[in-house]
Amino acid sequence: MIENAVAAISGVSLALGCLLMLSGALGLLRFPDFYTRMHAAGITDTLASFLIICGLMPMAGWSLALAKLGMILLFIFFTGPTASHALARAAQLGRPALAVDGQVDAGVVEEVGSAAVEVEPDSGRI
Amino acid sequence: MRHTASVFLILAFIWLFNSGHYTALLLSLGLLSVAFVVWIAHRMDIVDHESQPIHLTLKLPGYYWWLFRKILAANLDVVIRAWRGPSAISPCIGSIPANQATELGRVIYANSITLTPGTVAMRLEGDTIIVHALTREGLSELHSGEMERRVRGLEE
Repeated sequence: MIENAVAAISGVSLALGCLLMLSGALGLLRFPDFYTRMHAAGITDTLASFLIICGLMPMAGWSLALAKLGMILLFIFFTGPTASHALARAAQLGRPALAVDGQVDAGVVEEVGSAAVEVEPDSGRI
Repeated sequence: MRHTASVFLILAFIWLFNSGHYTALLLSLGLLSVAFVVWIAHRMDIVDHESQPIHLTLKLPGYYWWLFRKILAANLDVVIRAWRGPSAISPCIGSIPANQATELGRVIYANSITLTPGTVAMRLEGDTIIVHALTREGLSELHSGEMERRVRGLEE
């Protein structure tokens, strides 16, 4: 009985986590530019991974695996924002992406420009 | 001294939980490696109140609980907007005051902003944070300053 309940809890939690991962991926594909896509990735970074790890915890039982899952969760919550911040900062301070032939993809520059980042018309030329 | 003890304890716990082998030989090797890392951390001069904020120990759980509920709500909001598509978002950039007394406080504030989906701290300059938000509401909520007050409450 209790085993069933535990399995049900972890199943629900895993399913919700998967749904959120899917939503994050959907946002990643649908949102228009780099910065907004980063917010979509924030879903998979926080609540989705939280739910999936919480779903795995009851299955691990009182063991070392439980402690390791807890550590994974902690590390994700500490490194996630650091990585996001590094990405956003690099995107804001950096130049637009280099294309193979030395030309800049104009579409990318325009879209980033719409997010209030000032890009001079010919600053993309290398 | 307290900070060194804190680093040592944390490293020891990480080693013990990850090892799973508790024979005398391996335990002494573990002790050695922990001591080695503590020594390196000392040489790098990173063992202080910033890397080991033990003075916040009592106040952090309450703040984390509040932040966790905030993250839940923000996640739901962004998920709904992801399904509704690009028409549901209004991306914007703004600068948010961060009047925390210490650098640690400002970093906790900026990290909390980034950890909440829908807002990302892009730059931290002096006592302002440049934030990119998925929606105008997200930015104006930060402007209302509740999170900032709570982080300042941690420091007092």
